[in-house]
Amino acid sequence: MVWRRVFRTLTEGPATERAAPIADAATQALVAQLDAAAQVRLGRSLSIRHLDAGSCNGCELEIHALNNIVYDLERFGLRFVASPRHADVLLVTGPLSRNLREALVQTWQATPDPKWVVAMGDCAVDGGVFKGSYAIDGTGTGGIAAGVPVDLKIPGCPPAPAAILIALRTLIEANVGGRDG
Amino acid sequence: MTGPATQIILRGTEEACRPWTRRTLTREDWTALVAALPAQPALALVALWADTAQAHALFMDEASGDILPVSTAIVDGGYPALSPVRPAAAWLERMVRDLWGHTAQGGTDDRPWLDHGRWPHTHPNAIRPGPMGPPPEPPEFLPVTGEDLHQVAVGPIHAGIIEPGHFRFTAQGETVVRLEIRLGYTHKGTLSLMRSKSPRAAARFAARLSGDSTVAHAIAFARATEAALAVEAPARANGLRGVMAEIERIANHLGDVGAICNDASFAFALARFGFHREAMLRAANAAFGHRLMMDAVVPGGVAGDIAPGGAEAILAAIAGVEAELPELTRVYENYSSLTDRVVGTGAISRTLADRFAAGGYVGRAAGRTGDARLHPGYAPYPDLVVVVPSLAEGDVDARVRIRLAEITESIRLLRILLEDLPAGALSVVLPMLSGEGIGCAEGFRGDIWHWLRLDNGQIASVFMRDPSWAQWPLLEAAIEGNIIADFPICNKSFNCSYSGVDL
Ligand code: SF4
Repeated sequence: MVWRRVFRTLTEGPATERAAPIADAATQALVAQLDAAAQVRLGRSLSIRHLDAGSCNGCELEIHALNNIVYDLERFGLRFVASPRHADVLLVTGPLSRNLREALVQTWQATPDPKWVVAMGDCAVDGGVFKGSYAIDGTGTGGIAAGVPVDLKIPGCPPAPAAILIALRTLIEANVGGRDG
Repeated sequence: MTGPATQIILRGTEEACRPWTRRTLTREDWTALVAALPAQPALALVALWADTAQAHALFMDEASGDILPVSTAIVDGGYPALSPVRPAAAWLERMVRDLWGHTAQGGTDDRPWLDHGRWPHTHPNAIRPGPMGPPPEPPEFLPVTGEDLHQVAVGPIHAGIIEPGHFRFTAQGETVVRLEIRLGYTHKGTLSLMRSKSPRAAARFAARLSGDSTVAHAIAFARATEAALAVEAPARANGLRGVMAEIERIANHLGDVGAICNDASFAFALARFGFHREAMLRAANAAFGHRLMMDAVVPGGVAGDIAPGGAEAILAAIAGVEAELPELTRVYENYSSLTDRVVGTGAISRTLADRFAAGGYVGRAAGRTGDARLHPGYAPYPDLVVVVPSLAEGDVDARVRIRLAEITESIRLLRILLEDLPAGALSVVLPMLSGEGIGCAEGFRGDIWHWLRLDNGQIASVFMRDPSWAQWPLLEAAIEGNIIADFPICNKSFNCSYSGVDL
């Protein structure tokens, strides 16, 4: 039965969608933001470590979708890794829960430089609906920036997989773009 | 013949609470209730919570079907504990103490639960929250005796794309002797944020208690509000709520079965089930404007009508699932390496499931048959014959099979709901009144119960009970005697919500 499906995939082609184009403006904006030294060494692939800093788990569902065969983020050189020590990118969801702040900072410290931090979802961007709660760290603009420096913000509740994918691919383009720029 | 504990509850003074009258017991009667509970095991504890003045509990008599909310005043800073006679109360009592400061007198466990010593003050929901506690000590875990045992500490940061929790295993060689779970990492102070908001504004928090059950929690919250205000959502709104709830159920079950097989490194099933989950989410987006249908259900009805072409998109998605599901089920059953990992792994007994009144696939895989759509039942389900699967093995395989059977049943229900969708209004206006209500809904993970009290149209007090409260403790039991390496697949077969219980 498995082979019948594999054979159909070979004949009908995979279920994976064509990649959407990357807006050049977005890339240039990000290039300006990124630290020039970091751009040179990372090449076209990025290892991502996910971290839930208090999420409602809605964002996690859409990160799982990135790994499904329709989005298949690995074809862009993006892959999730098990440990922050192997990561180039920390993909962080949720408002910064005080009960998880220490673990977030330790994870950030464990991630080798050069590294990027992506705040994914309205909660990670500025606390979202949970803004003002005693249970989250809302200093500054709120969100996870209250705990670690953030390089890229992806709004949405939750952001759709297509939007997350474009943002992460922009990170690659900006990284590679920097070297040719 | 009403049981001894029920008789004591019925002695309480009646309080206006819809649709089930709440009764307040004197401290003596509450103590008598605790003493009578062992003699009436069928009286299941569904939830335990509090407000600044009282402790509340929700019981369901699984023999008669009676639903019995009961309360007692807080005296000397606490109330007689239920945990000695109802184990499911243990975590709930620790949550009540951390949030409201009320002590479960004579309780089995008084360690902190949500309060990790990081909040700016203690007892945040109390009338006068206390000053910040002492600097956090390393958490105290239950001792384990025996020779050459070793502890494995996992989390809150762990390998997968998953919510944060700490799992403290004590193992003898490879075999787990004890697992103790520590949660609270995603606590966001949701209940206190909802206070003094209008039901419509507070509904955004109910929809974000656990993102994977956003529709089911929104339905339970809406029904609690409508009960408190003695209004009914229009028929079309109830039909659309049923459509959304069944889409959410199918999408989650597809995701879970794929992920469980993936934890046994069977990538083929993850790919195919993930493909069909994506199709369901796209249909939900086409029909209701949001892949997870967040904020689509509101108190009083639904936020918007099903979009043109929405029904067709849903029917196409479920047709795709229906076409491939038999083949995928055969593949699941025929791969012996997979069968070896799921059969007999993480088994729980019927008696244990009954002691915690576990709902959803966790309860039904262990012989229970409860489903909130049947009992207490709510629109649009009474005129639909909902078939509830039940198995006895209580292991990972049984939890997978219950999900597979529920996918097929939800596809059938969805077709009926879409075909017979009533015409008419989408919502009713909510009067700015006071009142108290309880709402219930069957989420993909089990029965969800919300209670709220409105004061002139604003939330005075609220509690939201996710099914995971009754399922997490069973995971601790299910892993005993299994090897640590089987924990991921066991954990995924439960797929409990962290945010749902962290509040
Ligand atoms: S952004 Fe939305 S989906 Fe993501 S964690 Fe926050 S509330 Fe949940």
